[in-house]
Amino acid sequence: MKAEAMKNQDGSDIKRRANEWVEREPILEIQHLGKAFGDHQVLLDIDFKTYPRDVICIIGASGSGKSTLLRCINMLETPSSGLVLHKGKSVPATGVHTADYRSKVGMVFQQFNLFSNLTVLDNCMLGLRKVLKLSREEAKARSIQYLMKVGMAPYINAKPHQLSGGQQQRVAIARALSMEPEVLLFDEPTSALDPEMVGEVLDVMRTLAKEGLTMIIVTHEMAFARDVSTRTVFMDRGVIVEDDRPEVLFTRPREERTKEFLTRFMAH
Amino acid sequence: MGSSAPQNSLEWIMLFLDKYGVSFLKGAALTLEIAVISTLIGCVIGFMVGIVQTIELGNSDPLWKRLILKIVNLFLSVYVEVFRGTPMMVQAMVIYYGSDTLFRLNLDPIAASFIVVSINTGAYMAETVRGGIQSINAGQIEAAKALGLRHYSTMLFVILPQALLNILPQIGNNLIINIKDTSVLNVISCSELFFTTSSVVGTYYRYFEPFLIACAIYLFMTFTLSRLLRLMEKKLQGPRSYQLATDFMDDTYGNGSSVIDMKKGFGGRN
Repeated sequence: MKAEAMKNQDGSDIKRRANEWVEREPILEIQHLGKAFGDHQVLLDIDFKTYPRDVICIIGASGSGKSTLLRCINMLETPSSGLVLHKGKSVPATGVHTADYRSKVGMVFQQFNLFSNLTVLDNCMLGLRKVLKLSREEAKARSIQYLMKVGMAPYINAKPHQLSGGQQQRVAIARALSMEPEVLLFDEPTSALDPEMVGEVLDVMRTLAKEGLTMIIVTHEMAFARDVSTRTVFMDRGVIVEDDRPEVLFTRPREERTKEFLTRFMAH
Repeated sequence: MGSSAPQNSLEWIMLFLDKYGVSFLKGAALTLEIAVISTLIGCVIGFMVGIVQTIELGNSDPLWKRLILKIVNLFLSVYVEVFRGTPMMVQAMVIYYGSDTLFRLNLDPIAASFIVVSINTGAYMAETVRGGIQSINAGQIEAAKALGLRHYSTMLFVILPQALLNILPQIGNNLIINIKDTSVLNVISCSELFFTTSSVVGTYYRYFEPFLIACAIYLFMTFTLSRLLRLMEKKLQGPRSYQLATDFMDDTYGNGSSVIDMKKGFGGRN
C-alpha cells in the first residue's frame, strides 16, 4: 500500500482512480444508518461506502446532518440504527474494539481540540505512546516527520494557545496523521479559521489528497470540494441527495435540491 | 516574674514570648502539620470521589456496572452533603467521642484531628474536582477518544492535568482555611495553636496579649503559604513563550531531510 501511495504522489491519476473505485474493497461501509436526538431525526437511512484513496467531500446546508454523519462514522455519536462496517466487520459503539477502530480512523475537528496541557510534540506523541505503544524515540521521530509535513516542526515546544488557528489546525492534522490512519475524517476543518488562514490548511489537505490518503471531508469550501474530491456527497435534511464525481455534481447535478443549493451557495 | 509585674501590653507580650515562646511554636507547628497533611489527604480523597462522580456509563454498559456505580455515587453524595453541611467543630466532637462510645476506640486527639480535617477537606475538594473536570471542554475528551485513547488514559494524561491546574487556587484556598479552622480542634484538646494559647491564658488570666501573638503567628503562616502557592501556580502554568526548534526551520516541508524519510506514504499500519 505504501508503495502505491508513493507512485501516486503527483495526483495526476485522481480522475482515473475515481473511475475504478468500484473494483476495490471498501474500508468503511455505512448501512441504513439513522440518528435521532430525541424526537428530532437528524440522519435517515444513510448508505455510503469509502474505498481506499477516496477523497470524499460532504457538502450541504447547516443542519443537514453532515457533521453528525461524520461523528457517527467514528462513534463519537452512537447511531440510533444501522451499521458502520470497517473492512466488513461491524463496529461496536463502546469498548476496546471501538477504541482500536478509532485509532485507525483519524479525526480533525472544527475547533482543532489540541490538548491544551501538552506541547505540540506531546500532542502528536500521546496517541503513539499510549495507543500504538511506540517507544519514546519512535514516537518522537514519527511525530516530527508528520509535523514537518504540515510545516509545524519548528513549533514542537509551543503550547496550543501560543499558536494561530491555522497553525493549531495543521498540528491537529499532524496529530491525526501520526497515527497513520486508514481513513482521516475532517469535520469542517476551516470553518473556525480567519479567512487568511484557510489557505494554509487547505494546502496541506490538498497535498494529502494527492499522496493518496483516504479522506472524508465535511466542508463549506465548494472550490476545494470541486477540485480535490474524487466523490462529492450532497446532503439535505438528513439524507444523501446526490453522491457523484465532482465534475458531474457541480456542473450538471441530477437532483433539483442539489441545483438549488449550489445556486444559492455560489451566489454568496 | 522578673523584678516587677509588666506595666503595659508590650511588656506582657515580651513576657509571654519569653516564657511560652516554645509552646507557641509547638502549637503553630502542629497547626501547620495538621493543615498541610490533611489538605493533601483531603485532595486525594476529593480527587477519588470527584473522579468516580464524573464517570459516565451509557446504556450499552452492563447492568451490574451501572448498578454498582449508582450505589457508590449515592454513598459519595451522602458523604459530601453531611460533611459540607455540618460545622467542623461538631464533626470533631462526634468523631472523637463517637469513636469511643460506639466502637470502644480510644482515639488520640491528634489522630482524630487529622481524620476530621482530612475528610472535611475531602468533601469540599470532591465538589471542586467535579467542577474542575466538568469545566474541561468536551472537545478535549472527543479528541482523545478519536485517537483511540481509553477512558483511563484520557483522564490521566488530558483531563486531570488540566483540571488540576484549574483547581489549584481552590486547593490553596482550602489549605489557608484549614490553617485557621484547626483552631476549632481545641474542643477535643488537640494541642494546636489555639489550644496552646488558651493554656497560656490560664496561667496569668491575660487574654489580649497571648491571642495577639497567636493572631500574628496565624497571619504569618497563611500569608507565607499563599505567596508560595502563587509561585507554584506560576511555575505549573509553564513559560509564556516557547523556543523555536531551529533544527527544523529551513526544511519545514521536509524536502530531502537527512534525519527522517519523508517519502513514506499513507495507507494504514498493516
